[in-house]
Amino acid sequence: MISSSEISLTRKTSTGKMLSEGAVYFVLIASSLVAVGVTIGIVMSMLFEAVQFFNLVPIQDFLFGLEWSPQTAIRSDQVGSSGSFGAVPLITGTLLISTIAMLVATPLGLASAIYLAEYAGPRQRNIIKPILEILAGIPTVVYGFFAALVIAPFIRTTGGSFGLEIASESALAAGLVMGIMIVPLISSLSDDVINAVPQELRDASFGLGATHSETIKKVILPAAISGIAGSLLLAASTAIGETMIVVMAAGLAANLTANPLEAVTTVTAQIVALLTGDQEFDSAKTLSAFALGLLLFVVTLILNIIAQKIVKHYREQYD
Amino acid sequence: MTNSFVMRSSKSRKRHAAEMRFQWMGRIAIIIAIGFLVFMVGSIAMMGAGALKQTHIAFDVDLSHNEIDPAFPEKADYDAIIKASLRKAFPDITDRREKRELYRLVSAEASFSLKNFVVNNPAHIGQTHKLWFIASDDVDLFFKGNITIDEKGNAGRLNAQEVAWVRIFERNQNIETRFNTRFFTAGDSREPELAGILSSLTGTAFTLLITFLIAFPIGIFSAIFLEEFIPQSRWGDIIEVNITNLAAVPSIVFGILGLTIFLNTFGMPRSSPLVGGLVLALMTLPTIIIASRAALRSVSPSIREAALGVGATQIQTVFHHVVPLALPGMLTGAIVGMARALGETAPLLMIGMVAFIVDVPNSILAPATALPVQIFLWADSPERAFLEKTSAAIIVLLVFLVLMNLIAIILRSKHRQRF
Repeated sequence: MISSSEISLTRKTSTGKMLSEGAVYFVLIASSLVAVGVTIGIVMSMLFEAVQFFNLVPIQDFLFGLEWSPQTAIRSDQVGSSGSFGAVPLITGTLLISTIAMLVATPLGLASAIYLAEYAGPRQRNIIKPILEILAGIPTVVYGFFAALVIAPFIRTTGGSFGLEIASESALAAGLVMGIMIVPLISSLSDDVINAVPQELRDASFGLGATHSETIKKVILPAAISGIAGSLLLAASTAIGETMIVVMAAGLAANLTANPLEAVTTVTAQIVALLTGDQEFDSAKTLSAFALGLLLFVVTLILNIIAQKIVKHYREQYD
Repeated sequence: MTNSFVMRSSKSRKRHAAEMRFQWMGRIAIIIAIGFLVFMVGSIAMMGAGALKQTHIAFDVDLSHNEIDPAFPEKADYDAIIKASLRKAFPDITDRREKRELYRLVSAEASFSLKNFVVNNPAHIGQTHKLWFIASDDVDLFFKGNITIDEKGNAGRLNAQEVAWVRIFERNQNIETRFNTRFFTAGDSREPELAGILSSLTGTAFTLLITFLIAFPIGIFSAIFLEEFIPQSRWGDIIEVNITNLAAVPSIVFGILGLTIFLNTFGMPRSSPLVGGLVLALMTLPTIIIASRAALRSVSPSIREAALGVGATQIQTVFHHVVPLALPGMLTGAIVGMARALGETAPLLMIGMVAFIVDVPNSILAPATALPVQIFLWADSPERAFLEKTSAAIIVLLVFLVLMNLIAIILRSKHRQRF
């Protein structure tokens, strides 16, 4: 690498060159600060409105309130004009759908990753991996359409034939489809993680007479567990932030329930409902969307930071 | 001795079976995931294939001088002419309700297309012509076999009488399906048989153009700065952590950012491709930066050392020697990022790109919608005929996605360099 004093020596030869190089340098710095600016912008754009919202609705009522009905009255003297802004039904709804998604995606993603990393030959791998990744590349609006028009009616009629009462916008339909969508997130990252386990560990286990599956279960997975955990956290964060599938397939009914056959709503679906169409930026109804957005941002950020820490730590362990 | 041998072999058989079971678990997981993909894309393609064809109906239209003044052909009441012609085709219908049902067979657009025909061909005034018109969505669905006749003789919203009329048209070979050009050349419409994707496709094109023009230069510049000028510095680390976290922020949050910053603070026009493009650019930025950094990292240090060795400044080294070699990789990253942006819906909902757009937007400031949002709007529509349109629009979206990814793959394999 060349030292800065040498650079400045060459620069002295021409003032014009120096000026234009200064301009280039400035553009480069400005460009790389855009990303920082976006992060600040995200926080600011939600923080101001969220603070205004918390002036109208106390933060503890928002975080621990059990009822969500954000309608505000047209006339101020109308009954129930305040609306109620308890986010618990939205949080449990989000968790319910994400849990269903993770219950689908974790076994599928992990089993695929193990097969790809340990059993598949390079040719098989080169075919299967891109096909699996198509799942993550399909727009979420397509999954939403499919969940609402094919999966939900299917679940409803199947449940009906067993005498089960299933809501047409059940959490199950949205969760199942979302689960398939996040399979490649888990399989790709876990595949990398399993591949990074040193070959010596495998050889040692084989040398002791273990079969391949025993080696995987007893040696490779324990060695890779933290990296796998990181990939699961990233997938969970995607599931929590997913919007279109829940908007189209899960609906807006804020039920406080853990029954996957009932309709629930999520934080993201409510943000869409509150912010599309005409808004008044002084009503608690509109402002509540920003509080929800901030909540969503903070939760997904924390999950991501933990996931990246875990994965990074894991990589350093075997580098 | 034999006993223990038998025991061991049964145990080894058990272990072998466990091994096989374990392998099959992986295979089954992959089969389920890929099977779902095939099932989803396949069933959507099957639902959408019908939208490529459209039903047309023909009947004799009397363009008499009484109805149309040759001097002002555009002033005639073409709706009345269509209705009169339909009545003439079925002279035994007298009941008013039945007449209304008869008129329903033809799309509301028929009077416009007749007007266009007459205005462009004034010589035909005074004659009677057999002309083809777009059939209504209910006739379309029935004729293409998407709905079947129930026990009461009804087919969807068509009653038994209307079904019989369609049969008469069919017997006289006055009804047929043609390639649905309208789907690709028209804007949105409340009438499913008239709705097309051109307005939303144009909106998407404008939006992605803005996204590319903003995200690509900023993305590669910041990648160059981080990778070439401040590698392994504290500031570089801070920005890097920031970028990786930004890449995982839910897309709807970017929509909220666009709503408050671009619309409410800067007062940019709502529903415009400009704002949509800006929001998607910010969202795509991390993808482009991460891919561009990888591309720069793959350029051999010997290139840099050689350039610096013959007296190039660091900026000359980077821009004359390193960046040209890394450019295909950067472009690939940009295309992958744009492909993601192409399918994004949620942030565009936040900035009002959900409007009902009939006209094709003509600038980046005009109200517009995007193809995925159009899919969302149609999917929400209660009209059964929109199901077919929605599926067809999804297929168009997927085709564009495949094309973009193919370009990226070709670019990557063509310019793969080994140092």
